[in-house]
Order: sequence, then structure tokens, then C-alpha cells
Amino acid sequence: MRKILIVDDEPNIVMSLEYTFKKNNFEVFIARDGQEALDILQKQLPDIIILDVMMPMVDGFATLEQIKKDERLQNCKVIFLSAKNKEKDIEKGLSLGANLYVVKPFSVKKLVEQVHDLLQ
Amino acid sequence: MSSIGLLIILALYVSILFYVAHWAEKRSHSKWTNNPYIYSFSLAVYCTAWTYYGSIGLAANSGLSYLPIYVGPIIIIPTWMIILKRIIRISRVNKISSIADFISLRYGNSRFLGALVTMICIFGIVPYIALQLKSISDTFHIVTKTQSSSNIFNDTTTYVCLALALFASYYGTRYVDASEKKRGIVTAVAIESILKLVFFLIIGIYVTYFVFDGFGDIYNQASVLENFHKKNTIGGLSESINWFFLCVLSMFAIFLLPRQFHTSIIENNKETHIRTAIWLFPLYLLLFNVFVFPIAWGGNILFQGKGFNSDTYSLLIPQFYNKNYLTVLVFLGGFSAAISMIIVSSIALATMLSNNLLIPYGFIGSLENSSQEKNSKRILNSRKIGIFLLIILAYAIYKIFALEYSLVSIGLVAFVIIAQLAPAFFGALFWKRGSKNGAVTGIIIGFAICCYTLLAPYAIGITKSTSLFIQEGPWGISLLKPFQLFGLDYLDPIPHAVFWSLLLNMMSYAAISVSFRGNYRERNYAEMFVDIDKYITNHENAFVWKGTAYITDIQKVLQRFLGEERTKRALTIFNLKYNIDKNITTADARFIKFAENLLTGHIGTASAKILISSVIKEDKISLPEVLRILEESKENIIINKKLTDTSNELKQISEQLKNANQELIDKDIQKDEFLDTVTHELRTPITAIRAASEILHDDEDIPEELKKRFLQNIISESDRLNRLIDKILDLEKFETGKQKLYLSKNNISKTIKSTVESVKQLILNKNITIEFLQSNLEIKAFYDEERLIQVIHNLLSNAIKFSAESDGKITISITENAQEVEVQIHNNGKGIKEEDFEAIFDKFYQSRNQNVKKPIGSGLGLAICKQIIEHHKGKIWAKRTTETGATFIFTLPNYNTTESTER
Repeated sequence: MRKILIVDDEPNIVMSLEYTFKKNNFEVFIARDGQEALDILQKQLPDIIILDVMMPMVDGFATLEQIKKDERLQNCKVIFLSAKNKEKDIEKGLSLGANLYVVKPFSVKKLVEQVHDLLQ
Repeated sequence: MSSIGLLIILALYVSILFYVAHWAEKRSHSKWTNNPYIYSFSLAVYCTAWTYYGSIGLAANSGLSYLPIYVGPIIIIPTWMIILKRIIRISRVNKISSIADFISLRYGNSRFLGALVTMICIFGIVPYIALQLKSISDTFHIVTKTQSSSNIFNDTTTYVCLALALFASYYGTRYVDASEKKRGIVTAVAIESILKLVFFLIIGIYVTYFVFDGFGDIYNQASVLENFHKKNTIGGLSESINWFFLCVLSMFAIFLLPRQFHTSIIENNKETHIRTAIWLFPLYLLLFNVFVFPIAWGGNILFQGKGFNSDTYSLLIPQFYNKNYLTVLVFLGGFSAAISMIIVSSIALATMLSNNLLIPYGFIGSLENSSQEKNSKRILNSRKIGIFLLIILAYAIYKIFALEYSLVSIGLVAFVIIAQLAPAFFGALFWKRGSKNGAVTGIIIGFAICCYTLLAPYAIGITKSTSLFIQEGPWGISLLKPFQLFGLDYLDPIPHAVFWSLLLNMMSYAAISVSFRGNYRERNYAEMFVDIDKYITNHENAFVWKGTAYITDIQKVLQRFLGEERTKRALTIFNLKYNIDKNITTADARFIKFAENLLTGHIGTASAKILISSVIKEDKISLPEVLRILEESKENIIINKKLTDTSNELKQISEQLKNANQELIDKDIQKDEFLDTVTHELRTPITAIRAASEILHDDEDIPEELKKRFLQNIISESDRLNRLIDKILDLEKFETGKQKLYLSKNNISKTIKSTVESVKQLILNKNITIEFLQSNLEIKAFYDEERLIQVIHNLLSNAIKFSAESDGKITISITENAQEVEVQIHNNGKGIKEEDFEAIFDKFYQSRNQNVKKPIGSGLGLAICKQIIEHHKGKIWAKRTTETGATFIFTLPNYNTTESTER
């Protein structure tokens, strides 16, 4: 079973994502900010991480930087999920090493497809 | 005290002064020599041996009449801020080095007037110097208990004279340019001023408190002496008029005495030093006079009927009690007072003598064709010899005439002679019509009257009151009696001479000036002197001249005095100042004035003019033309000033524009950030709604319970979206000023209570206790109740949200003072992080410590609160406290103050 980590501080969005990925046979982990995500990553090795950018404490960009430093997580895919849709934000996200940058609001169906594509 | 012992002390004392002068000369730019205090104390060269010894004598013999000499200056000194500043400016820009230069320049560079002023000064001051020598000699013999000897080689004064002459001629003629500052001399004089005051105070305190039992004791003992009361009251009108004239006389003296002009004008380094001098110098004079009276009457009591010279009481008293060291200190103080006067006066007089008499009338011709080294040497030597000659002349007067008169009377005669310069001098400052012929006539007539009413009787001998000349007038014409001229019989000789000489001096100066116009040069300088403040930065512009002149010719003259290098440097500075092409060969008016100025310090104004005139060809200008040119140059200056003003204004405006632009840029950045945050905040609920709707739409076999939860999500997120939009619009209304407040008189306790009621459910849910202190207080204020409820609601919601999870507590309190009503809302939660205090009221600022659970907030609540409170002219802030929890405070203007401003 594939593992997915969802990192977002909006409980209602997390709820939708959790439901959808569980239904698609993922084992789902949830974090409400960057620090919590990094804590989970100490113990778990997900195949893919969905990462919100604007979060309290440690934001998405900073979280990714930490992830990239961890050798164990080298093969882990990362998708940014953000309401920040400016070109410079997207560029920054991708340059940090994310595999995809998805702009909010997004289609759940399409996101699932994109996750599958990445994991092929 | 033996003569040898005292001489050794003297030699030591003088060598210390030499050392001080030497040290100061080397550090002429250090703040130790260049400060307002040195300047102020150097002015005290005014207090000579006459003050030191003579005023005691005068107080002992005739009571209060010693005072006007100090009262006059103290009265006039406050005007220094204006008058002295003006004289200093005129002297600085024109490189003036003496009062003779000052007066002769104003009256058209007149060689004759300069020489006349010089002679008046020498005539008045040399006997005065002689008097200082006499005081040194007399007091020396009192201290050593010896008799003066007629053999000049046995007389100490001879050697003192020689030492002083050497000192003054060495330090007083360091620079060829006489307008240069002589820091060494000035510092030495300032130190002497301090010493003589200190020594005088010491003897004063000794006499008052050790010999006698305080002021009261002296007064009581003295009041039984003969004539005490008569001497110490100003009796009647004629006495007052005497006083008045003596005051006027000393007011003039403080400006006109060559040594005062030298220390206060020529040696002034900074105009701002006057500010210190105007309080310090009068204070110095006052201190000096505190003990005159006790010493004088103390002496009268002690030496009653012994016929001692009362001038020397300050020495006799300590000697009488065998206090040798005190006697020597007093002697040194008097010595200081005498020599500083001699040194400064001889330097000032020697400069006048060389620059206004010897050079223009004597060896100007030989200067014209010599080299610079020779010229400088010759000028310096002439001044050195001048100083020597003057001191020797004074010595001769002292020796030959043996001066029988007391210190005061000769000092006052000198004052009267010098006062003859007053009309021409003050006319130069304030009256443009004053002319050279007027000045010359005034001074000559005034001096003649002085001679008749004062000098002649003194020469014949005032002691011989039986003299027919004094008793009955020449040829028995009683109207011409020298002490009662034209029947004026109620004034003392000095005020009498002051009255007649100055009256006739002034009248002839005014009458001649008004009747005969001066030449254009006088008129030109009148303009520059009277309106000095206008011309201070570019006075060369105000000089009117027409004719042909070549720069090279003038340059050659300059080189003879300044040397090649300095001439070149001066020219470069001039060209830079007026933006002149260095290839231009003809000289204009500005250059001629500039060249004259360069020479003035070296050879005086009159000679400078003569030398420059010899190499240029001047066209005659009529007076009306001068006035026209001056008018134009004045206009030019005004236009120039306007241009600078306009350019300054433009600078200011451009600065304002720059600031405004920066503000706009900042606002733009803020707006961008705001939009960014707004879109993010709007997209977040939309994202949640979209995701939930998509799942509901696509997924048919979703369990019923989950379906409901997704629908519930959609509803709450829609509400959130709506609230957000409301708040953004609210804020926008406040920020653009479209939001109106409906102020009415309300009871703030009531408003808070009803708001608390509305959030009761939330409070109950979280099990929070709420405490409302002073809830029954009736505190009224003007506010928009609906808006204030919004604020309180917001603060309460935050308090509820952040108060401790268990045992949560919220405290509300209201206080009131004369200005404002203050509401505090405190919760016992985690408190506010230091980093949040600044930004907490910013739009969309959400603290980072909310990570436990995302609170339901828009990030706009506090920003709106701030707007509302500030629109009520109140303040809102978070308080930094040491106790746990967070406290938010807002204030509203007090009901009373609001009401009174509304009316």
C-alpha cells in the first residue's frame, strides 16, 4: 500500500483529501504544519507528500528544504498545494525540488491522477 | 619684605606669564585658548590698577562715586548682542586692526582722520600707562617699605618697564597682519584677569571677615566717622547728573578704549563668544566691586587721621597686621592689573601708530619698491619700536611729571579724551549721512574743549585752586571759567568736561555732516557699515569703483607685502568666490576692494588705499551715481537672496515629492501584500468548498454520515467566506474614510455587559469564568455603540479563544480620568509573543502560536478594532506585562473633553 502524507492547516481541506486518498487505497498520514510533518517523517517514509505553503510556524517552503536534506527521503515525491498562484511562487516551489505545484482551488479527481502519474 | 625677595617673586610671576603666552601661542587653535571664557576674561583688561587700587581710594575719600565706572558698562553690555556683533562683522570683513582703522575706513579711507584718531588715543592713553607704572612703583615701595629713588638704574620700575616692553613687542608683533589673532597675549591677559579678581576677593574677605566682623561691623564702625552719610548718598539733582555723565562716559569707554576695542573686536574669534561675555563680564565687574566698600571704609577706620594714601589701603591693611604673604598676593594682583593694561594698550597703540600714522605719512614711499621680506621686517620693526617707544614715553611721563594726581582722576581724564571719538564712532554704525569733515571737526572741537576744561586746569595744577584762571576765568571773563563754562556751575570737573565737549562735538559732527555732503567713497562705506548684515558674505560687491585697472599691476603691489605664494593663493580664492575666469586681465571694483583688504591688516586702511590707487586709474563718480550703483547692487543682493530662497524652496518641494513618492511605493507594496493575503484567504474556503462538492458530486457510494459532514463543511466555509468579505469591506470603508460614526452619549459599562451577554454561550462552552470589575460604575462617553460592540466583541472572542484551556478566566475593568476612559480586557492564556506586539494590529496578521488549532479568525478583527477606536480619537494596544496572559486596552476620550470640543 502506498503511503501519502498530507500537510495542511485547513481541517476541511484535509478532510476531503484524506477521504479521497483513503478511497484510492493510500495509507494516509496527516500533519497540521511543517513541524508536525517533519516529526511524522522521522518515523514514516511516505511515497508522496502533499504540502501546503502558507502554514503557521514552519511553512511549506521551509519544510521542503528540511526534507531535501534527509537522505532517506530522496525518493519521496512532493506536491505543493497552495493558494499562492503567482509565477514567482510556483518557480520558487519547483526550484526547491518539488515535483509538482498545484494551485488552490484544485480538482480532487485531477490531483489523484497527478499523484498516480508521479508514482508510476 | 626685602626688595630682592619681591623682585624674585616678580620675575617668577612674569616668567610664568611668558610661559602661558608661549604655550597658548603654540596651541592657538585648541579649545583651551579658543573659548568664550578666555574671551570674556580678556575683556576684564578694563579693570586696571585704577580699579584695583584707585576705586578703594575713591570710595574712601568720596563714597559712592567709584561706582558709575562699572555701572555704565553693565548697563550697556546687553546691547553688545547687536552693536558689538555689528562692529565685529565690519572689522572682520574689512580686516580692520584698530579703532583708528575703523573710523578712518568708514569716513572714506581718510588718512587724516586715522592719524587724528591715533593721536587722540596716544594722547589719552600714554599718561594712563604712566599711571599704571606709577602704581607698580608706589605699591612696590609700600610692600618693601623703601623709598623710590630718582636714579633710574636703582628704580625697579625701569626693569619692569623693560621686561614688559620686551614681552609686548615680542608677542604683540608676531604677525605682519595686525588683524591676526594673538592668542598668546589674550590668554595671558585672561589668566591675569582671573588672578587679579581672586587676589582682590581674598583681601576683601580677609578685611571683611578676619580684620572686621562682617559687612555690618564695618558699616557700624564707619557710620560714626565724619561725613560718612554725606559721602554715601547721592545728594540731589546735581549729584545725579554727575552720576549720569560718569555712567555715559564709561559706556563709551567700554567700546572706545583702544585696549577694549582690541580685546573685544580684534581678538574676537567667534561671534557666539559674545553670548558668554554679556553675562560673565558684568558678573566679573560686580564681583570686583563687592569688597571695594568694606576695604575702603575698613581702611578709614583703621588709619583714621594718619594721612595714608587711601589708594593703597588694600596693601596697608595686611601689612598693618603683618600678613606678608597677603600683602604680596595683593601686590601681584595689582601688578597683573597694571601690566595687562600696559601690554594690550601698547600693542593697540603701536598698531595704530604704525598703520595710521607712520606708514601713511612716513615710509609708505619706501615700502612701494622693496621686496616682501624687507617690507614685512620693516613693518614689524616699526611696531616693535612703537611699543617700546610708547612704554618708554609713559615711563618718562611717570618719571618727569611724577604724577601727583590720584589714579582715578587721570584715568577719568583719559576716558574723557577717548570719549571724543564717540560721535564719529557710533555715527559710523548707525548714520549714513555722517561725513569725514563732520567727524574731523567734531573730534577737534571736542578735544579742544577737553583741553580747556580739563587738561589746562590740570596742567596748571588743580591743587592751586587760587589760580586766577580757574577762579575768575581768562581775562576775568567769568563765563569762560574752565570748570563753570557758560555759567554751568553745578557739575564736577569731569562730568562738566564730558557735557560740554561731547555736546559741542556731537553738534558740530551733525551740523557739518548735514550741511556738506561727503564724497562718494564715504557714502559707499557708510552703506557698507550701516547695512553690514546685508553685505556680510560678499561685501566686495558693495564697493563702488569705476576706472581702469590691471590685475597684474595690483598683483605686483600685493606681492610686496604678502609674498608671491600668498598672493597667488588669495587670487585663486577670489576667482573661485566670484566665479571669475582667471584669464581676465582687468580688475573690477570687487577685486580692488579685495586687494585693499589684503593690505589693510599689514599697513592700515589709508595706506592700503594709497598703494592700490597708485597703480590704478580711477574715474570720478558723482554721488548720485554711487547711490544708483549701490541701489542696484542692493537689488542684486535681494534678487540673489530671492533666487537662493526659491532654490531652497524647490529643494524642499523636491524632497517632499521624493518622500511622497516613497510613501506611494511603500503603500503600493502594502497594497500588493494585502491583495495577496486577501486572495489567499478567499481561496482557502473556496478550495474547501470545491473539494467537498467534487467528492459529493462524483462519489455515489459515500456513507450518509460523511455526506452530511461534507455538506456541513460547505456551509461553514461559505459562511466564513461571507464574513471575510464583510470585514474586508468594513475595513476598506474605514480606511477610505467612507465609514460614518454615529456618536451618541452611552454608558460604557452597559455596552460591555450586553456584549458579554451575547458571547455567553461561548464562555459557557469553554467553562471560562468572567470577572467584570467596577461593573456598576456609570461611566459615560460619546461613541457609536454598534461599532464599539464590534470592538468589544472582537476582543472578547480573542480572549475566549486564547484563554487557558482549563480554568480559563477573563477580567474586564474600566477606569476613568480627566482625559479618557480606559477599558482593559485580560485573559489568562498563553500571552502575546514579543515578536507579535508590533504587528498584531496589522491586517491579516495571525500569530504563529496558534498552531494548536487553527482559530476561526479572519486576521482582520484587530485591524478593524484599531480603525474603529482611532476613528473615535482613542487608542488601542496590547500591554506588555509580567503576569501571564494577554491584556488588550483601549481608550476613548472622556465624555467631558469630547463634549467641550464638540461645542
